[in-house]
Amino acid sequence: MRTSHGLATAQKAATDDRMITQNDRIKLARQFIEAIPHSRALGMSLEQIGDGIAIISMPYDERLVGNPATGVIHGGAVSALMDTCGGAAVMSHGDAPVGTATIDLRIDYMRAATPGQRIRARAECYHVTRSVAFVRATALDDDDDNAVASATGAFTFQRAKGA
Amino acid sequence: MRKPEPVQVIKTRRDAALRGLVESVPYIQYLGVQFDRRGDELTAVLPYREDLIGNPMLPAIHGGVTAAFLEITSIIELTWSSQWADMEEGKLAGDTLPPMPKTIDFTVDYLRTGLPRDAYARARVNRSGRRYASVHVEAWQDNHDRIFAQATGHFLMPTRDDG
Repeated sequence: MRTSHGLATAQKAATDDRMITQNDRIKLARQFIEAIPHSRALGMSLEQIGDGIAIISMPYDERLVGNPATGVIHGGAVSALMDTCGGAAVMSHGDAPVGTATIDLRIDYMRAATPGQRIRARAECYHVTRSVAFVRATALDDDDDNAVASATGAFTFQRAKGA
Repeated sequence: MRKPEPVQVIKTRRDAALRGLVESVPYIQYLGVQFDRRGDELTAVLPYREDLIGNPMLPAIHGGVTAAFLEITSIIELTWSSQWADMEEGKLAGDTLPPMPKTIDFTVDYLRTGLPRDAYARARVNRSGRRYASVHVEAWQDNHDRIFAQATGHFLMPTRDDG
Protein backbone atom coordinates (compact mmCIF):
# COMPACT_ATOMS: atom_id res chain seq x y z
CA MET A 1 0.00 0.00 0.00
CA ARG A 2 1.12 3.54 -0.64
CA THR A 3 -0.57 6.09 1.45
CA SER A 4 0.01 9.57 2.72
CA HIS A 5 -1.78 12.35 4.44
CA GLY A 6 -5.27 10.92 4.73
CA LEU A 7 -4.91 8.63 7.72
CA ALA A 8 -2.16 10.82 9.13
CA THR A 9 -4.51 13.78 9.01
CA ALA A 10 -7.13 11.69 10.72
CA GLN A 11 -4.63 10.72 13.39
CA LYS A 12 -3.31 14.22 13.84
CA ALA A 13 -6.82 15.48 14.30
CA ALA A 14 -7.31 12.73 16.84
CA THR A 15 -4.14 13.43 18.82
CA ASP A 16 -4.56 17.21 18.66
CA ASP A 17 -7.83 17.00 20.43
CA ARG A 18 -7.58 14.85 23.53
CA MET A 19 -11.32 14.89 23.87
CA ILE A 20 -11.54 12.72 20.81
CA THR A 21 -12.02 9.18 21.95
CA GLN A 22 -10.45 5.99 20.73
CA ASN A 23 -13.77 5.25 19.02
CA ASP A 24 -13.60 8.45 16.99
CA ARG A 25 -10.04 7.62 16.06
CA ILE A 26 -11.09 4.20 14.79
CA LYS A 27 -13.98 5.79 12.95
CA LEU A 28 -11.67 8.23 11.16
CA ALA A 29 -9.19 5.49 10.30
CA ARG A 30 -12.01 3.30 9.07
CA GLN A 31 -13.30 6.04 6.81
CA PHE A 32 -9.84 6.45 5.36
CA ILE A 33 -9.21 2.72 4.76
CA GLU A 34 -12.66 2.25 3.31
CA ALA A 35 -12.04 5.17 0.95
CA ILE A 36 -9.12 3.37 -0.72
CA PRO A 37 -10.73 2.44 -4.03
CA HIS A 38 -9.33 -1.08 -4.27
CA SER A 39 -9.87 -1.91 -0.62
CA ARG A 40 -13.46 -0.75 -0.98
CA ALA A 41 -13.86 -2.82 -4.15
CA LEU A 42 -12.86 -5.90 -2.15
CA GLY A 43 -15.24 -4.97 0.68
CA MET A 44 -12.49 -4.58 3.30
CA SER A 45 -13.62 -3.43 6.70
CA LEU A 46 -11.42 -2.06 9.49
CA GLU A 47 -12.15 -3.79 12.78
CA GLN A 48 -9.45 -2.45 15.04
CA ILE A 49 -6.59 0.01 14.83
CA GLY A 50 -4.14 1.68 17.17
CA ASP A 51 -0.57 1.62 18.51
CA GLY A 52 0.85 -0.10 15.46
CA ILE A 53 -1.75 -2.86 15.27
CA ALA A 54 -4.51 -3.15 12.70
CA ILE A 55 -7.18 -5.77 12.05
CA ILE A 56 -8.97 -5.68 8.70
CA SER A 57 -11.41 -8.25 7.35
CA MET A 58 -12.60 -9.08 3.85
CA PRO A 59 -15.80 -10.97 3.02
CA TYR A 60 -15.83 -14.11 0.87
CA ASP A 61 -16.64 -13.13 -2.70
CA GLU A 62 -17.02 -15.42 -5.71
CA ARG A 63 -15.28 -12.85 -7.92
CA LEU A 64 -12.09 -13.43 -5.93
CA VAL A 65 -11.94 -17.20 -6.46
CA GLY A 66 -8.60 -18.46 -7.72
CA ASN A 67 -9.44 -22.12 -8.10
CA PRO A 68 -12.84 -22.69 -9.71
CA ALA A 69 -12.74 -26.39 -8.82
CA THR A 70 -12.60 -25.70 -5.07
CA GLY A 71 -13.95 -22.15 -4.71
CA VAL A 72 -10.86 -21.11 -2.76
CA ILE A 73 -9.97 -17.39 -2.78
CA HIS A 74 -6.96 -16.42 -4.93
CA GLY A 75 -3.71 -15.74 -3.08
CA GLY A 76 -3.59 -12.34 -4.79
CA ALA A 77 -6.70 -11.18 -2.93
CA VAL A 78 -5.12 -12.30 0.35
CA SER A 79 -2.03 -10.27 -0.64
CA ALA A 80 -4.18 -7.19 -1.15
CA LEU A 81 -5.68 -7.67 2.32
CA MET A 82 -2.26 -8.24 3.96
CA ASP A 83 -0.77 -5.20 2.21
CA THR A 84 -3.63 -2.91 3.22
CA CYS A 85 -3.54 -4.18 6.79
CA GLY A 86 0.27 -3.81 6.97
CA GLY A 87 0.07 -0.22 5.74
CA ALA A 88 -2.70 0.56 8.23
CA ALA A 89 -0.62 -0.87 11.10
CA VAL A 90 2.31 1.35 10.10
CA MET A 91 0.09 4.44 9.92
CA SER A 92 -1.26 3.75 13.40
CA HIS A 93 2.22 3.59 14.97
CA GLY A 94 2.70 5.93 17.91
CA ASP A 95 5.40 7.94 16.08
CA ALA A 96 2.62 9.18 13.77
CA PRO A 97 4.07 8.85 10.27
CA VAL A 98 2.66 11.09 7.54
CA GLY A 99 2.88 8.40 4.89
CA THR A 100 4.01 4.89 4.08
CA ALA A 101 4.65 2.66 1.08
CA THR A 102 5.41 -1.04 0.85
CA ILE A 103 9.09 -1.81 0.21
CA ASP A 104 8.67 -5.57 0.22
CA LEU A 105 6.13 -8.10 1.37
CA ARG A 106 6.55 -11.85 1.71
CA ILE A 107 3.51 -14.03 2.16
CA ASP A 108 3.57 -17.67 3.23
CA TYR A 109 0.42 -19.59 2.36
CA MET A 110 -0.07 -22.26 4.99
CA ARG A 111 -3.43 -23.57 3.84
CA ALA A 112 -6.38 -22.76 1.59
CA ALA A 113 -8.90 -20.36 3.13
CA THR A 114 -12.22 -22.14 3.65
CA PRO A 115 -14.69 -21.11 0.91
CA GLY A 116 -17.57 -19.01 2.18
CA GLN A 117 -15.71 -17.65 5.21
CA ARG A 118 -14.55 -14.11 5.87
CA ILE A 119 -10.77 -13.60 5.97
CA ARG A 120 -9.37 -11.46 8.77
CA ALA A 121 -5.84 -10.07 8.77
CA ARG A 122 -4.01 -8.79 11.84
CA ALA A 123 -0.86 -6.78 11.22
CA GLU A 124 1.61 -5.51 13.77
CA CYS A 125 4.22 -2.85 13.13
CA TYR A 126 6.76 -4.22 15.62
CA HIS A 127 9.71 -1.94 14.97
CA VAL A 128 10.41 1.38 13.31
CA THR A 129 13.65 3.17 12.48
CA ARG A 130 13.89 6.76 11.25
CA SER A 131 12.68 5.72 7.82
CA VAL A 132 11.68 2.05 7.84
CA ALA A 133 8.83 0.17 9.49
CA PHE A 134 8.88 -3.60 10.01
CA VAL A 135 5.60 -5.47 9.96
CA ARG A 136 4.35 -9.00 10.52
CA ALA A 137 0.84 -10.15 9.77
CA THR A 138 -1.40 -13.19 9.99
CA ALA A 139 -4.56 -14.03 8.04
CA LEU A 140 -7.28 -16.19 9.58
CA ASP A 141 -10.69 -17.50 8.57
CA ASP A 142 -13.21 -18.90 11.07
CA ASP A 143 -10.63 -21.37 12.38
CA ASP A 144 -8.69 -19.21 14.83
CA ASP A 145 -6.14 -21.89 15.61
CA ASN A 146 -4.85 -22.49 12.09
CA ALA A 147 -3.70 -19.44 10.18
CA VAL A 148 -4.36 -19.28 6.44
CA ALA A 149 -1.29 -17.18 5.70
CA SER A 150 1.40 -15.16 7.38
CA ALA A 151 3.37 -12.22 6.06
CA THR A 152 6.41 -10.13 6.85
CA GLY A 153 7.12 -6.81 5.23
CA ALA A 154 9.19 -3.66 5.26
CA PHE A 155 7.46 -0.35 4.67
CA THR A 156 8.75 3.18 4.24
CA PHE A 157 8.15 5.33 7.32
CA GLN A 158 7.73 8.96 6.40
CA ARG A 159 8.03 11.23 9.41
CA ALA A 160 6.65 14.73 9.50
CA LYS A 161 9.28 17.42 8.79
CA GLY A 162 11.13 18.26 11.95
CA ALA A 163 9.88 15.17 13.77
CA MET B 1 8.10 -37.27 -44.21
CA ARG B 2 5.21 -35.96 -42.11
CA LYS B 3 3.62 -32.82 -43.41
CA PRO B 4 3.78 -29.97 -40.87
CA GLU B 5 0.48 -28.87 -39.36
CA PRO B 6 -1.06 -25.75 -40.92
CA VAL B 7 -0.07 -22.69 -38.88
CA GLN B 8 -3.69 -21.73 -38.25
CA VAL B 9 -4.41 -25.09 -36.67
CA ILE B 10 -1.48 -24.67 -34.32
CA LYS B 11 -2.44 -21.11 -33.40
CA THR B 12 -6.07 -22.02 -32.78
CA ARG B 13 -5.07 -24.88 -30.50
CA ARG B 14 -2.61 -22.79 -28.49
CA ASP B 15 -4.96 -19.82 -28.16
CA ALA B 16 -7.81 -22.06 -27.06
CA ALA B 17 -5.64 -23.72 -24.41
CA LEU B 18 -4.50 -20.34 -23.08
CA ARG B 19 -8.01 -18.90 -23.12
CA GLY B 20 -9.35 -21.93 -21.28
CA LEU B 21 -6.73 -21.44 -18.59
CA VAL B 22 -7.24 -17.70 -18.12
CA GLU B 23 -11.02 -17.58 -18.43
CA SER B 24 -11.55 -20.33 -15.90
CA VAL B 25 -10.27 -18.24 -12.98
CA PRO B 26 -12.82 -15.71 -11.65
CA TYR B 27 -10.18 -13.55 -9.94
CA ILE B 28 -8.21 -13.11 -13.20
CA GLN B 29 -11.43 -12.00 -14.87
CA TYR B 30 -12.25 -9.70 -11.96
CA LEU B 31 -8.90 -7.89 -12.16
CA GLY B 32 -9.18 -7.89 -15.97
CA VAL B 33 -5.76 -9.45 -16.61
CA GLN B 34 -5.22 -10.52 -20.23
CA PHE B 35 -2.42 -12.53 -21.82
CA ASP B 36 -0.66 -11.80 -25.12
CA ARG B 37 1.00 -14.82 -26.70
CA ARG B 38 3.92 -14.99 -29.15
CA GLY B 39 4.79 -18.66 -29.65
CA ASP B 40 5.21 -19.91 -26.11
CA GLU B 41 6.05 -16.47 -24.70
CA LEU B 42 3.32 -14.88 -22.60
CA THR B 43 2.97 -11.25 -21.57
CA ALA B 44 0.35 -10.43 -18.97
CA VAL B 45 -1.49 -7.12 -19.38
CA LEU B 46 -3.33 -5.34 -16.57
CA PRO B 47 -5.50 -2.59 -18.11
CA TYR B 48 -5.75 0.39 -15.76
CA ARG B 49 -9.01 0.89 -13.92
CA GLU B 50 -9.93 3.36 -11.18
CA ASP B 51 -10.82 0.70 -8.65
CA LEU B 52 -7.24 -0.65 -8.77
CA ILE B 53 -6.03 2.47 -6.96
CA GLY B 54 -4.54 2.16 -3.48
CA ASN B 55 -3.64 5.78 -2.91
CA PRO B 56 -6.03 8.32 -4.41
CA MET B 57 -3.67 11.23 -3.55
CA LEU B 58 -0.72 10.20 -5.73
CA PRO B 59 -2.56 8.34 -7.39
CA ALA B 60 -0.93 4.91 -7.31
CA ILE B 61 -1.99 1.35 -8.03
CA HIS B 62 -2.70 -0.64 -4.84
CA GLY B 63 0.28 -2.72 -3.73
CA GLY B 64 -2.05 -5.65 -3.34
CA VAL B 65 -3.15 -5.34 -6.97
CA THR B 66 0.50 -5.36 -8.04
CA ALA B 67 1.14 -8.45 -5.92
CA ALA B 68 -1.95 -10.17 -7.31
CA PHE B 69 -0.99 -9.30 -10.89
CA LEU B 70 2.51 -10.76 -10.37
CA GLU B 71 1.12 -13.91 -8.73
CA ILE B 72 -1.44 -14.46 -11.51
CA THR B 73 1.29 -14.02 -14.13
CA SER B 74 3.50 -16.55 -12.31
CA ILE B 75 0.79 -19.20 -11.96
CA ILE B 76 -0.39 -18.91 -15.57
CA GLU B 77 3.20 -19.05 -16.88
CA LEU B 78 3.94 -22.09 -14.73
CA THR B 79 0.77 -23.93 -15.77
CA TRP B 80 1.24 -22.91 -19.41
CA SER B 81 4.85 -24.05 -19.59
CA SER B 82 4.19 -27.32 -17.80
CA GLN B 83 1.32 -28.24 -20.11
CA TRP B 84 3.04 -27.07 -23.30
CA ALA B 85 4.36 -30.47 -24.40
CA ASP B 86 1.00 -32.18 -23.82
CA MET B 87 -0.78 -29.40 -25.64
CA GLU B 88 1.50 -29.67 -28.66
CA GLU B 89 0.87 -33.40 -28.85
CA GLY B 90 -2.87 -32.78 -28.66
CA LYS B 91 -3.05 -34.61 -25.33
CA LEU B 92 -4.97 -31.93 -23.43
CA ALA B 93 -8.40 -33.29 -22.63
CA GLY B 94 -11.09 -31.04 -24.08
CA ASP B 95 -12.88 -29.06 -21.43
CA THR B 96 -11.15 -30.35 -18.32
CA LEU B 97 -8.80 -27.77 -16.89
CA PRO B 98 -5.29 -28.67 -15.87
CA PRO B 99 -4.85 -28.65 -12.08
CA MET B 100 -3.25 -25.40 -10.93
CA PRO B 101 -0.03 -25.12 -8.92
CA LYS B 102 -0.51 -23.88 -5.35
CA THR B 103 1.45 -20.91 -4.03
CA ILE B 104 3.75 -21.83 -1.14
CA ASP B 105 5.22 -18.36 -0.69
CA PHE B 106 5.44 -15.18 -2.69
CA THR B 107 7.79 -12.23 -2.11
CA VAL B 108 7.19 -8.92 -3.82
CA ASP B 109 9.71 -6.07 -4.18
CA TYR B 110 8.08 -2.73 -4.81
CA LEU B 111 10.61 -0.73 -6.81
CA ARG B 112 8.56 2.21 -7.99
CA THR B 113 5.07 3.58 -7.63
CA GLY B 114 2.55 1.80 -9.85
CA LEU B 115 1.22 4.59 -12.05
CA PRO B 116 -2.41 4.95 -13.11
CA ARG B 117 -1.91 3.26 -16.46
CA ASP B 118 -1.65 -0.23 -17.97
CA ALA B 119 0.94 -2.62 -16.53
CA TYR B 120 2.70 -5.57 -18.15
CA ALA B 121 4.45 -8.59 -16.68
CA ARG B 122 6.45 -11.60 -17.74
CA ALA B 123 7.39 -14.58 -15.59
CA ARG B 124 10.31 -16.97 -15.92
CA VAL B 125 10.22 -20.47 -14.48
CA ASN B 126 13.68 -20.85 -12.98
CA ARG B 127 13.16 -24.37 -11.77
CA SER B 128 10.28 -26.73 -12.17
CA GLY B 129 10.64 -30.11 -10.53
CA ARG B 130 8.13 -32.87 -9.88
CA ARG B 131 6.92 -31.29 -6.66
CA TYR B 132 8.20 -27.73 -6.43
CA ALA B 133 8.74 -24.83 -8.78
CA SER B 134 10.48 -21.48 -8.42
CA VAL B 135 9.29 -18.59 -10.56
CA HIS B 136 10.57 -15.03 -10.98
CA VAL B 137 8.34 -12.33 -12.41
CA GLU B 138 8.84 -8.69 -13.37
CA ALA B 139 6.31 -5.96 -14.11
CA TRP B 140 6.71 -2.68 -15.93
CA GLN B 141 4.56 0.10 -17.33
CA ASP B 142 5.71 2.58 -19.98
CA ASN B 143 9.34 1.47 -20.27
CA HIS B 144 10.35 -2.15 -20.09
CA ASP B 145 13.70 -1.06 -18.62
CA ARG B 146 12.00 0.54 -15.64
CA ILE B 147 10.63 -2.42 -13.71
CA PHE B 148 8.18 -1.17 -11.07
CA ALA B 149 7.81 -4.44 -9.20
CA GLN B 150 9.33 -7.91 -9.17
CA ALA B 151 8.60 -11.06 -7.25
CA THR B 152 9.83 -14.58 -6.59
CA GLY B 153 7.42 -17.32 -5.70
CA HIS B 154 7.59 -21.00 -4.82
CA PHE B 155 4.80 -23.30 -5.90
CA LEU B 156 3.60 -26.80 -5.15
CA MET B 157 3.04 -28.61 -8.44
CA PRO B 158 -0.14 -30.62 -8.92
CA THR B 159 0.41 -34.37 -8.79
CA ARG B 160 0.32 -35.85 -12.26
CA ASP B 161 -1.75 -38.93 -13.00
CA ASP B 162 1.10 -40.57 -14.89
CA GLY B 163 3.25 -40.38 -11.77
